[in-house]
Amino acid sequence: MTDTRVERVSGRACVLRGDDIDTDRIIPARFLRCVTFDGLGEHAFADDRSQSKGDHPLDDERFAGANVLVVGHNFGCGSSREHAPQSLLRFGFEAFVGGSFAEIFAGNCTALGLPAVVLAPDDLDALMNAVAARPEQTVTVDVRARTVTCDVGTFDATLPDGTREQLLEGSWNATAVLLDAGDAIEDAARALPYVSGWAG
Amino acid sequence: MGGRSLLDKVWDAHTVRELPTGQTQLFIGLHLIHEVTSPQAFAMLREMGVPVRFPGRTFATVDHIIPTHTQRRPLADALAEEMLVALEKNTRGNGIAFFDAASGRQGIVHVIGPELGLTQPGMTIACGDSHTSTHGAFGAVAFGIGTSQVRDVLATQCLALARPKTRRIDVTGKLSSGVYAKDVILAIIRRLGVKGGVGFAYEYAGPVLEGFSIEERLTVCNMSIEGGARCGYVNPDDATIEYLRGRAYAPEGAAFDAAARWWRGMASDPDAAYADRVELDGSAVAPSVTWGINPGQSVAVDEALPRLASLPDAERASAEEAYAYMGLRPGEPLTQTAVDVCFIGSCTNGRISDLREAARVARTGKVAPGVRALVVPGSRAVADQAEEEGLPDVFRGAGFDWREPGCSMCLAMNPDKLVGRELCASSSNRNFKGRQGSPTGRTLLMSPAMVAAAALKGRVADVREIL
Repeated sequence: MTDTRVERVSGRACVLRGDDIDTDRIIPARFLRCVTFDGLGEHAFADDRSQSKGDHPLDDERFAGANVLVVGHNFGCGSSREHAPQSLLRFGFEAFVGGSFAEIFAGNCTALGLPAVVLAPDDLDALMNAVAARPEQTVTVDVRARTVTCDVGTFDATLPDGTREQLLEGSWNATAVLLDAGDAIEDAARALPYVSGWAG
Repeated sequence: MGGRSLLDKVWDAHTVRELPTGQTQLFIGLHLIHEVTSPQAFAMLREMGVPVRFPGRTFATVDHIIPTHTQRRPLADALAEEMLVALEKNTRGNGIAFFDAASGRQGIVHVIGPELGLTQPGMTIACGDSHTSTHGAFGAVAFGIGTSQVRDVLATQCLALARPKTRRIDVTGKLSSGVYAKDVILAIIRRLGVKGGVGFAYEYAGPVLEGFSIEERLTVCNMSIEGGARCGYVNPDDATIEYLRGRAYAPEGAAFDAAARWWRGMASDPDAAYADRVELDGSAVAPSVTWGINPGQSVAVDEALPRLASLPDAERASAEEAYAYMGLRPGEPLTQTAVDVCFIGSCTNGRISDLREAARVARTGKVAPGVRALVVPGSRAVADQAEEEGLPDVFRGAGFDWREPGCSMCLAMNPDKLVGRELCASSSNRNFKGRQGSPTGRTLLMSPAMVAAAALKGRVADVREIL
């Protein structure tokens, strides 16, 4: 069996500045006309990238090969489309560091085993500036310690307890965990009058 | 022990067990699916060799990709047809009810759930769509999920989730004429911000919400996610119960009375505790229009657009980006801004009461030359009701296009799209860059009556000058 535990993600980082970057920008809706997630990687930020004519961080040679994406506040707001983190994963990102994340996006990241950790504003600025100045450095997102380390220091990061546990235990694919409840699921259902039938 | 909020009551009633991670394994009472976010989930299920656990608790429809000029099969777009075929196979193969075009019940998932009586108070509801918050209008705890979580629900009828905090938002006073539920939710998002609701469920209350019809409450709850709140709800009351009476999937007879008692009991206790409380003066809300690239960037229609210097530091960069993208100038009102396209519809504002209000405006004139205006009912049932009231003729007579039900121009997954930098007055929910299908297209969000007013004037207009 493959080991699904996520202790840390380490590698080069890419800095994508700006707040409130929504999932329509991450993966425009026309690319959602599909029945699999295959091939979504090449369409990540398709419109932003074509409009910036090669000047987008995802096309910046200095960030080539990065597996950590550093973003601003409220990243991934809007649509619930899992196509958004799927496209970033397929582009090559395995962890996200930001000022904050939209809730559904963060949940989708967890469901794919991708840590999305939050830094305090000043620390995020310091990380962004450090990576922009020296993109060849290694950035480490440590899930267990809840820290992000780069060559200017180690920053405390926020990651909800439950999410951290799921990543560390490798139980981020929730189906198996939920199935473990067994008949307790049917018992819970029967206790609900709208499932078991309304007694007049 | 203090009182409990509806969120707490529903959460406790649906808890299967606490997970070692500290999250709750929550039973999902109603699962809604559509063609965009479900095919991969069914594929994952097949790969795992796990069956659908409660096929009778999942219902499907097709809305995002369906063309609105004709629903004839096969769909002209081969990719869209493939998605529809996948949904047909997946629902048939798993014993899941599918409200397709032939059923007479097809429509936008967040329009048909309520009108069929599937959406009921006290339920947990999930759907692979962020606007699932809509269903909170009934006093349900309803939220959007990703595709892996759609797989979780299909396999176990459960989700692993952390309980949100609750913020109560009281809207006091009385709305003035020409001000709608859309304006109320835009005002709430403007006040609390697009990320102010992260980690919260919003409980909307107060005299304005209590006086709202169920359809108006649906509009408010729909855009909870635009304020960052994954779910938003209104406590069930007489209006909720009367709305449900006689609906296709609502209980009947003595069972309905028993249900009504349970539904009422799920409402927040008067002494419920909230993590936060906010009050908004409804009397001060004006017809609103967004000017930027997120739904928090809105003004009253007669208000000057904010100057950069007047904005908090954290909002300035986003505003600057918005002005550059939209081609608008700080310090000026929007009322002289010419529009190219007018769109009335979506899960936010595609219901019969929305169309009636837009028709009131449409009756007073003709669509301005050069403006492309379309009206897209949210469901077949809405379309049928509109026909009965003669609304399609009103719209057509005024120069609007009357279409078949679907998501249409709210997002760009069907043939309805903006072209180039077109500016669209839209009754939908998102003004993100490129949202309406053109990478440079521009969106101004407003109420359906305001969209109709813009269509007649050919520019952003104050609906109060028409009504």
